[in-house]
Amino acid sequence: MKWPAMTYHRATSLADVWAAFAAHGPSVTILAGGQTLLATLAFRLSEPGMLLDITRIPELRGITLQGQVLRIGALTRHVELGRDLLVRQHAPLLAQAVPHIAHPAIRNRGTIGGSLAYADPAAELPACAVALDAVVVAASTAGERRIPASAFFTDLLQNALAPGEIIVAVEIPIQPSLAAIDEVARRSGDYAMAGLAAAMRVHDGRVVAPRLVYFGVGRGPVLAGAACRALEGRPLTAESIAAAQAALTTDLDPPQDLHGPSEMKRHLARVLTARVLNAWLRPTEMAA
Amino acid sequence: MITLTVNGERVSRHVDPRRHLIDFLRLDLGLTGSHAGCEHGVCGACTVRVDGEIVRGCLVLAASLDGAEVTTIEGLSDSGEVADLQANFVARNAAQCGFCTPGMIMTAADILAHQKDATRAEIREHLAGNYCRCTGYQAIVDAVEATLEARR
Ligand SMILES: Cc1cc2nc3c(=O)[nH]c(=O)nc-3n(C[C@H](O)[C@H](O)[C@H](O)COP(=O)(O)OP(=O)(O)OC[C@H]3O[C@@H](n4cnc5c(N)ncnc54)[C@H](O)[C@@H]3O)c2cc1C
Ligand code: FES
Ligand code: FES
Repeated sequence: MKWPAMTYHRATSLADVWAAFAAHGPSVTILAGGQTLLATLAFRLSEPGMLLDITRIPELRGITLQGQVLRIGALTRHVELGRDLLVRQHAPLLAQAVPHIAHPAIRNRGTIGGSLAYADPAAELPACAVALDAVVVAASTAGERRIPASAFFTDLLQNALAPGEIIVAVEIPIQPSLAAIDEVARRSGDYAMAGLAAAMRVHDGRVVAPRLVYFGVGRGPVLAGAACRALEGRPLTAESIAAAQAALTTDLDPPQDLHGPSEMKRHLARVLTARVLNAWLRPTEMAA
Repeated sequence: MITLTVNGERVSRHVDPRRHLIDFLRLDLGLTGSHAGCEHGVCGACTVRVDGEIVRGCLVLAASLDGAEVTTIEGLSDSGEVADLQANFVARNAAQCGFCTPGMIMTAADILAHQKDATRAEIREHLAGNYCRCTGYQAIVDAVEATLEARR
């Protein structure tokens, strides 16, 4: 279907955004990479009055190291995330996620801000943000507000932004940790049927602060509390990994979808848990 | 009113905000080499270059392209950049109905430009977002691989 009738405005500063919100209120829809929004327009899933293009706002760009935090501008495109040296060094999980996201032509346009704002439960970057304990930086005329990623994804395609707020950046705390992402998808580039973004540290041979975040299996990224407790403070071994897998019965209640029933998704989550954690067995054993 | 460069020529036009780049190219400029298939980002038939990078033309607003540089399959063909790839497509029957072909060539050109050492698996991965309902892909991957090898 063709797109609905609408108006288009290009903002070149945050002040332009606030002015558009003030003048047009809820009929304003933010347009970043357009790789989700414009696809949904074709289905007439959304009918914005005005598209406000934020891609020329310099304040939303750039990746910088600020003390113990890596600040990634909202307009950072997936392709940039994949090749940026600071990201590779301080948040390699994000770079590792990129090849799983869509296809090259889409990664050339899609942005991290758009991916977080859209809050697709099967998307990679929201899960990575929760696994890395990231903070979403939102801004409005009232100034900046920091929202922990774990509180940002409130429900299916819903986020914690208030009306009049936009995402300006995401901040990743820097800490030495193991982190990895894996997923099962029907075809390369498809949204995941089930996926896992995991991060943890190993201290004196024991797991510290594990964060296993599953995607494609709930109404948002799911931080698996019981599975994390099964690992916390224990050596990473075949037994503790099996305990984490078993705990997923408590953590995950995947809605059945067109990929298959809940139990299949829970099975995939257990498979991914073993794949990701088994890869870390040796370094832990060596550290122990 | 937008002013942009399409295949090296400056173009100024009024565009409706609901016009995507492919309709702009096909209906307003008469450049019908870029195809509109699914029009929601899935099939890749609409792949064109904007500012040197491949994009889904159906997921780009024409109105947002003031100052941009667009290259379509017409411009890419005229430049001779992929003449060898196109010859290999013909030699291996990598185009049957041809609907996917312009998008395939645009995407394959991206491999030739940026991934000169791509393996067969990497070629498949890069082309995974471009659907072909005729060839079964084998001949397409063969053509890209042969071109890469010949250029080494
Ligand atoms: C065929 C196809 C396959 C895909 N596969 C995947 C996949 O496997 N995994 C995946 O994660 N994604 C996938 N995507 C989506 C892609 O990653 C998008 O780029 C991303 O979800 C949205 O980013 P965007 O910049 O394009 O946002 P847009 O489409 O511009 O915007 C998306 C939403 O976020 C809002 N928004 C955007 N930026 C901001 C901001 N800074 N502040 C507040 N609100 C904002 C918009 O108003 C809109 O509601 C796919 C897309 C397509 C077309
Ligand atoms: S027409 Fe653009 S991806 Fe299908
Ligand atoms: S040749 Fe017919 S779709 Fe590819």
